Formats: sequence, C-alpha cells, structure tokens
Amino acid sequence: MKPTAREQRFFAVAAAGFVAAAALPAFDDGYWLSMGITIAMYTVLATSWALFSGPTRYIALSTAAFFGIGMYTVGIGIATVPYPLLLLAAGLIGAALGGIVGLATLRVSGVYFVIFTLGLAELVRQLFTWVQTTMGTSSGLYVLVDTSERLVYWQLLALAATVYLAGWAIGRSRLGFALRIIGDDETVASHSGINTARAKVALFVVSCTFAAVTGAVLAPRWNYVEPTNAFSAMLSFQVVIMALLGGAHRLWGPLVGVVPFALIWDVISAQAPNQSTLLLGVAFLLIVYFIPHGVIGLIEKQFRRRRAGYG
Amino acid sequence: MDILILGILLGGSYALMALGLQLQYGVARIMNLANGEVLVAGSFGAFWFWTGLKLSPFLSIVPAALLAFAANWLVYRYVLRPLVRRAKSHGQLEVDSILATFGMSFILVGVMIAVFGGEYFSYSYLARPFEIFGQPYGLNRIVAFGGSAVLCIVLALWLTRSRTGLALRGVAVNPTAAGLVGIDVLKASALAFALGGAVTATGGALLSAFLTFDASLGVIFTMKALIIIIFGGVSDIRGAIVASFILGIVESAVARLIDPGLTLAAAYILFIAVLLWRPQGLFGRKSA
Repeated sequence: MKPTAREQRFFAVAAAGFVAAAALPAFDDGYWLSMGITIAMYTVLATSWALFSGPTRYIALSTAAFFGIGMYTVGIGIATVPYPLLLLAAGLIGAALGGIVGLATLRVSGVYFVIFTLGLAELVRQLFTWVQTTMGTSSGLYVLVDTSERLVYWQLLALAATVYLAGWAIGRSRLGFALRIIGDDETVASHSGINTARAKVALFVVSCTFAAVTGAVLAPRWNYVEPTNAFSAMLSFQVVIMALLGGAHRLWGPLVGVVPFALIWDVISAQAPNQSTLLLGVAFLLIVYFIPHGVIGLIEKQFRRRRAGYG
Repeated sequence: MDILILGILLGGSYALMALGLQLQYGVARIMNLANGEVLVAGSFGAFWFWTGLKLSPFLSIVPAALLAFAANWLVYRYVLRPLVRRAKSHGQLEVDSILATFGMSFILVGVMIAVFGGEYFSYSYLARPFEIFGQPYGLNRIVAFGGSAVLCIVLALWLTRSRTGLALRGVAVNPTAAGLVGIDVLKASALAFALGGAVTATGGALLSAFLTFDASLGVIFTMKALIIIIFGGVSDIRGAIVASFILGIVESAVARLIDPGLTLAAAYILFIAVLLWRPQGLFGRKSA
C-alpha cells in the first residue's frame, strides 16, 4: 500500500498538527495542559468509537465499560507488574472482552448489540463491586506511580496517532470496504460473500482495545480508582455525542466535535454542575435532530452545493 | 421455595414495564431506551403523592398513568414523529429512535435530579408481613403483584377483544398492510406509545411500594425490560409475561444465593442464553 500524493500531503499536515499539539506543555502546564489531556482522551475514545460505529451504524454504548476495565487493570496490577506491561495487558483484556461481547451479539443482526452494550458498564461495575466486597478489600484501589501530566498527555497523543494510523489502514483495506457495505445494506454485504459477523467483530475488538488502553493511561492521573468513577455512564454518552457532533463517517470527524465540545463543556459544567446531565441530554437531542451527519456533514453539503452552483 | 415465590412476586411487577415497552417497540416501532426513566418517574410520582398528599400508591397510579399518557403522547407527536417521517427504512428509524430516546433518558435523569436530588428514596407502605406457606412476605409486594396482575389481564383482554386493540395488533404485524385496510397507522402508533408509557409508569408506581430507588436507576430497568421482550418475543404478550416471571425467579435466586448486588448479572445470563439458543425469542418464529 503506497500512499497517494494526496494522502502524502495529508500525512504532512497531520504530522505537523501532532508536533504542534505535542509542544503544548512547553507553553502552559496548568489549565491548558489538563484541557489538552481531556481533549486528547476524548479524541482517542470518540475516534475509535467512530471506527466501528461510523461505517457499520451499530451504536456502541459501552465505552465506559472498557475504559473502566483498562483502569482497573492498572489499579490491580500496579503493585507487582511494571507499568508499560500493564498498558499491554489492558489492551489485551479489552480486546478479549470485546471479542466475547462481539461474538455473542454481532452474529445476529438487529438491536441486540445496542442493548447489550447499554447495560455493559453497569454490569461490569456490579461485578467489580461484588468481587471487591467479597474479597474483603475496600471498594477502591490506589494507583500511585511516579508520573506527570505531561507524560500522560504525550502518551495520549501517541495513542491518538495510533488510532488515526489504524483508522487509515483499515479504511483502505478490504475490511474497511466490507464494513462500508455492511453499513449501507447488510443483506447485500452477506450476499456478496462478506463474512459480516467476522468483519464486525474484528472492528469492534479494535475499538474496545483503544478504550481499554485509554483507561489504563489515565489511571495514574486519577490516583484512586473505584467502581463509580471508573464505569460512569456519562463517559459513554459524551463519547457518542462528540463523535456525532463532528461526524462519525469520516476519520477526522470526531476531532472536529471533540475540541469545541470539550472546551464549551468545561465552562458549562463549572457554571451549572447540577444541571449537567440535563444539558447534555438536550445537546444530544439537538445534534440528533438538526445535524445528523455532524459538522463535517454540514461542511460537505455546503461544499457540494457550491460546486454544483459553479458547475 | 421462597426464592420461587419472591421471584414470582417480582416477575409480576416486571411484567407491566415489559408490556409497556412492548407496546412502544412492537407497535410504534420505537426502541425506547428511556423506558426505565419513565418507570423511575412513576416511582417518584408515587413517592410524591404518598409523602405530599398521603395518597396510597395504588390510587396514585391513576394520576401517574394519566400524566405519563399525556407526556408520552406529546413526546411521540412532536419529538418522535419527525424521525418516523424522515426515516427511509426501518433500520434508520431504529438507529434514530435509539439515539433520540438515549438522549431523552439523560434529560429525564437530569430533570429528576434537579427536582428530587440524587439521594435514594423509599417510603414505608403496607410494610407488614403476610404469610404464604408458613413463610412471611411483605404485604406491599403481594399487593403490588396483585395490582400488576389485574392490570396485565385487563390490558391483554383489551388488546385481544376490542376493536382498537385489534388495530394495534394489526400495526404490530405489518404497518403498511394495516394502513391498506383502513387503520390510521400514525394515530395507532401514537396511542400505543402513549399507552406504553402509561403502563410503564404504573409499573414504576407499584414497584416503588417495596423498592428503594434513585434518579439514576432507570438504565437497569431499561435493560431488564429490553431483555424480557427479547426473551419473550417482540410482539407476543404471553412471551413477555412468561419471560418476566423467569427473570424474576432467576434474579431472586441470584440475590439469595450469591449477592443482592448482582441483579443485573442475572439479567445478562438470561440475555446471553437467549442470544445463543433462541435469538427469535421464546414464542417468536424464526425469520427467514
């Protein structure tokens, strides 16, 4: 696979963007660095969400489950296992679990998958709480590692770069092509000889792996991991919102949604912490109703219209 | 033995919320992820009527059901109808309605937190023991079960015997064909959605008589209702009722034998069993 000239230009721009983003800690290591971490985190989560849910249109509501599992992997293993190995382990566990969930639900088409993912975070939370209470330990875990905000930020940036590379590679592979056909019409896809179940499960596994690793990267920053904060339903919800706001059908789409949303959301949740759930719901409905294809979709529509006008 | 009885009592209360969701999904074709929140809203309603007006939960189901009916009708008419109209296919409506109702569930949680706060709520109503086969059970559970059973029977009779019920079942089978034989499909869908909401809220009011609840509990009930209708088949009342009892029994078995905190795990066990062996549901027919 040799990149085309257009892709090479794109790569250059993207690489420059990443270098610029990586230089952020040099300018400010207070508010803007922590904002940068939030944005990088949601970029990874929303982009990897859109890798699967964008082309297939199967809505996964389980980001928090995998994120929390990644966090717990670090929390449980930190005392005995070196940290880099734990990142790997989190990825593997996330992938294995995603595989199981995918195999159970994605072989049958329909809404089973959405339903299964809806309660998954809550299920895993109940299981972890149960294990911790029956083993007699306290309900939380301390993650005390020597790390800094900068390090977490750079790790997340590297992860984001990996997501984009993976997304680019999948997009031009046979797998990516198969997924787009599945999204358009699953019956057509299976009739033209695509193993739809295998394609869907494979991509869901990729998406889950990234969510778990993100959780693992962030665990040292939180210091304390407990079921209620690791498996928060709000996380899954916010990831879906941001991805849809930007546009889930393009690899770069979620980024367009993440940056403004994270900035605005930071202000809103500081101003009205008690109404944040309500406002989030309203924002979500507005997006679903008025910009179903995201900001990217709007721009593309304008672009096409203009081109049609001149032509 | 007491696992069985507790399970049946619990299952009876689940049957109502499952029937509510079945009306909304089977007839109106809206996969309502805010179903559990409507149920919790019903619980809050009963709580409020009981503590504020000293109105018994079994009377408060009347205003709760009426309010839920009106609210759900408005939601369907003004919020969901545009989605139905813009959907080019059944699949797209499913995706859109899932997203829209998912958003609504957060709005409802937000409203309930704003009004009542985030604490746990419960009230004491008929908390007297009542003996079955020499074992004491809470009277509130038994009365809730009875209320739910009566409502289920009335609903089932109405659906199978009345003209409107026939129309709703016709739409459930095939909306296009129903339209061709002179059924107003949009009206029937709105009615089914509103009725489904009312039935769910009633279920919530009855459950609140013996259950501790808080604003964020909805998603668990949504899961349970969804699993019940998948288990029982999307458009089959018998299936939903049988599935409710099975879920109730499995859940009380898990709560008693392992841990009361694992009720959702019980529901997931059933879910996985269905997915592996009978994806078309208990009474459902295999699709081609």
